[in-house]
Amino acid sequence: MKKDLLPRPSLSHRTGRWFSRNLIRIYAVLAFIYLFIPVAYTFAFSFNDAGKSNLVWKGFTLDNWKNPCGAPQVCTAVANSLEIGIISTVLATILGTMIAFAIGRHKFRGRKTTNLLIFLPMATPEVVLGASLLAMFLNLRINPGFWTIVIAHVMFCISFVVVTVKARIASLDPKLEQAAMDLYANERETFRYVTLPLVMPGIAGAALLAFSLSFDDFIITNFNSGIVSTFPKFVYVSAARGIPAQANVIGSAMFFIALIIVIVGQVVSRQRKRG
Amino acid sequence: MAGQKVALDTGDLVLNRVSKYYGDFCAVDDLSLTVPDGSFFALLGPSGCGKTTTLRMIAGLEEPTQGTINIGETDITTQKPYRRNVNTVFQNYALFPHLTIFENIAFGLRRRGIKEVKNEVMAALELVELAHLAERKPGQLSGGQQQRIAVARAIVNRPEVLLLDEPLGALDLKLRRQMQIELKRIQMEIGITFIHVTHDQEEAMTMADTIAVMNQGKIEQMGSATELYEAPKTAFVANFLGQCNLIKAKVQSRTGGKAVVSAKGHTFEIPLSRVSTESDSVLLGVRPEKLRLDDSGTNSIKDCIVTDRSFVGTSTQYLLKTPWDLELIAFEQNDEGLHDLHVGDKVSVEWDPEHTFGLDGSQDINAGADLDEEE
Amino acid sequence: MAFLHAATGSHSGPKSELKSKSWTPYLLLAPGLIWLVTFFIFPILSLASTSTMVRPEGAQIGTYVQELRFANYIDAFQANQEQYIRSFVYAAIATLLALAIAYPLAYMIAFKSGKYRNILLVMVVAPFFTSFLLRTVAWTQILGDEGPIVSTLKLLPFVGDSMRLTSTPFAVVSGLTYNFLPFMTLPLYASLERIDPRTLEAAGDLYANGFTTFRKVTVPLSMPGVVAGTLLTFIPAAGDYVNAAILGSPSTKMIGNVIESRFFAVVDYPTAAALSFTLMATILILVTLYIRRSGTDELV
Repeated sequence: MKKDLLPRPSLSHRTGRWFSRNLIRIYAVLAFIYLFIPVAYTFAFSFNDAGKSNLVWKGFTLDNWKNPCGAPQVCTAVANSLEIGIISTVLATILGTMIAFAIGRHKFRGRKTTNLLIFLPMATPEVVLGASLLAMFLNLRINPGFWTIVIAHVMFCISFVVVTVKARIASLDPKLEQAAMDLYANERETFRYVTLPLVMPGIAGAALLAFSLSFDDFIITNFNSGIVSTFPKFVYVSAARGIPAQANVIGSAMFFIALIIVIVGQVVSRQRKRG
Repeated sequence: MAGQKVALDTGDLVLNRVSKYYGDFCAVDDLSLTVPDGSFFALLGPSGCGKTTTLRMIAGLEEPTQGTINIGETDITTQKPYRRNVNTVFQNYALFPHLTIFENIAFGLRRRGIKEVKNEVMAALELVELAHLAERKPGQLSGGQQQRIAVARAIVNRPEVLLLDEPLGALDLKLRRQMQIELKRIQMEIGITFIHVTHDQEEAMTMADTIAVMNQGKIEQMGSATELYEAPKTAFVANFLGQCNLIKAKVQSRTGGKAVVSAKGHTFEIPLSRVSTESDSVLLGVRPEKLRLDDSGTNSIKDCIVTDRSFVGTSTQYLLKTPWDLELIAFEQNDEGLHDLHVGDKVSVEWDPEHTFGLDGSQDINAGADLDEEE
Repeated sequence: MAFLHAATGSHSGPKSELKSKSWTPYLLLAPGLIWLVTFFIFPILSLASTSTMVRPEGAQIGTYVQELRFANYIDAFQANQEQYIRSFVYAAIATLLALAIAYPLAYMIAFKSGKYRNILLVMVVAPFFTSFLLRTVAWTQILGDEGPIVSTLKLLPFVGDSMRLTSTPFAVVSGLTYNFLPFMTLPLYASLERIDPRTLEAAGDLYANGFTTFRKVTVPLSMPGVVAGTLLTFIPAAGDYVNAAILGSPSTKMIGNVIESRFFAVVDYPTAAALSFTLMATILILVTLYIRRSGTDELV
């Protein structure tokens, strides 16, 4: 066949074609940049030699990272958030997982009402959730504080745990549990050796979700915390004056820790499949 | 374990008047059958006929609404599945994805409290020739391998009865044929009662000693493959197993061991032993491979026209139209004496009376034919 | 990735066969449901009751008497109409913007990401790991007068020197859009991911060009994701006050700000309660109409 039978497309033509085929990929890159700008900004300013007011760039320093508790109250706030997060996560995960199993594996009356009850908190604006809970506490003459925060967090996390675990249970082949019973495992053993291990990734994911919702929550917490400080509250309050760079350090650190956890989780689950 | 009959003399599996209702819907209707100890038994039928439900009741995964199930002397009707000495090979294998092959097979042994499992597990793996896969996970195995592991996982527990729920459905043709032979070999080697549920009549006929054909919750006929094929007792069985020509006819006489029937001006002979009804209205049946393309003989139809022809290697399959527009199927073996007929040719068919059977004429002539074989 | 799959609602798998033991499910349900009833239902009812209370003449601030004054609702609404309507307008704009931004992104991840799919999904969620307040505050500085964007814009001839981006509706709406982007992207992704690419090939085989295939096949099939995403974005956005507080000014106040201030700054619980319920009721009505129109079977 003769070479050059067809004229080669011009450079501009080929560039044009490349663009239209990859337009969406280019767009995705831009979108991701948009998503990460504030994160990058936060990270960058965690190195700012700014003293109390982290509004303008003053110079690069590692001091903030070396001494994250340097600014007063940052670490108290973080500690509170962590404590509240862990307690709320444990409670919400247990309660939510139990509900998920009931819904996913049992017959009972009032299924529609239950589903509605689970759905409503997710559909209610946080202002309403926070305000109503505060109203109730005030009516009962309970002062908002640490435990009211925990109560609130567990309340709004349960629904998310239920949805997450329920989805995992739904994707579990019921034949596996039948096979277990066929192979001499009674109900308890089936749950322990087959159901639970297979649902565990869903439970772990739900716990992670609950923790991040709790740690990052502001609105509901703000209504129900009284004078107790949490990390988001601290940031909000100091936003006007200028957030200390240490807060940026904490934020960036959380980002990296969470990223590592997710990546590790990915690797582990792939390992499980390979064996 | 290999080469050694492991079934205890535990007795036959007996289902006595078992029914299963889901609300108003009857899945299994007053079913009674006996599966002899150590035999390879097949439950054959189209999807929805109740065969899987029956199997699950034997396994204990469903409870009968009525009736009893016994193995030998023991009544297992209401026993939980984990108390029965019955194991199942599930349709999609149901291997535990989070356990290794070794642990999958050891599962039943461990639950029964057996500590030393290695020998048993390895013996089972060797029986299915997959010992080298012991440390892998199910996700890494091919369909055929998973299927054999599922069998090993069931057999290692030496059940009294092994249930197979359409285990070969997901395999491709060649692999399926291989596995059919494999399973038959394993069954003969260890001597456990196998109950195999399938909608594939070829599979049932290849593997089973006894077949029960099920339709809408009831057993239509039970017997060996030959019995069911050559002497079907209902139109459903006739049409479901292989292909069949059925002609509606009227009984003219029953004497001297023969029944003479007439249809559309033709008369045919059927041995009385092969007529399964007292009624005067019968369906006359003859299998396609029994039809000869000649015009001599007791049972014959002249002046048919060839409407289609397919060459399938071992034989040529003809579709013929009788003078009264009834479609007949005829297979001609691909050897000497081959008539090389073409569409439009005129031909006569004839066959031996001994190859004819007579069924009750009130049945649906198309029962069991062209059923969607997909689950 | 399990929680992501769950959050994106992929319900695959056979129908589970349910057990009929009598008391187990109730025992399992009880603790969680009791918690929800105690700390969600009762507070809402409590709020409802507060919304019709009145502070008696001359009584101390913070003391109220139940008088079933339903006029509270009308008063509250009339006094705060502006913020109320503004909230829904901002939320609607933010939702549409989020949809516009997220759809191509979700499409790309679902169809054109190859082996990077899981990484990209993590990257969509990753910004979430930084505190949402820190990110919002970061936007004040990025959009700030000294920040790169305003400085660049001021270089343009038609932009005046007093131009600013912070404390504007623009900033508030962009903040809302940004913060709820993952809530829009993930359900969209889940829906798009479920589409069998062979369906799209079939469309091409039947003479549809790229755009027509998109319009007539992809978009309709992705509707469940669109519905879920818009709900997950609109509902929290309507009630938000953080973005308005940090990125806005008194003239961009949303209903959430009003409620918050009525609880803490001006102690006026009945008004706050009435506003909360009006907000909730409106959202429920809009959501119900929206779902009826677009039809989804299960949201939970």
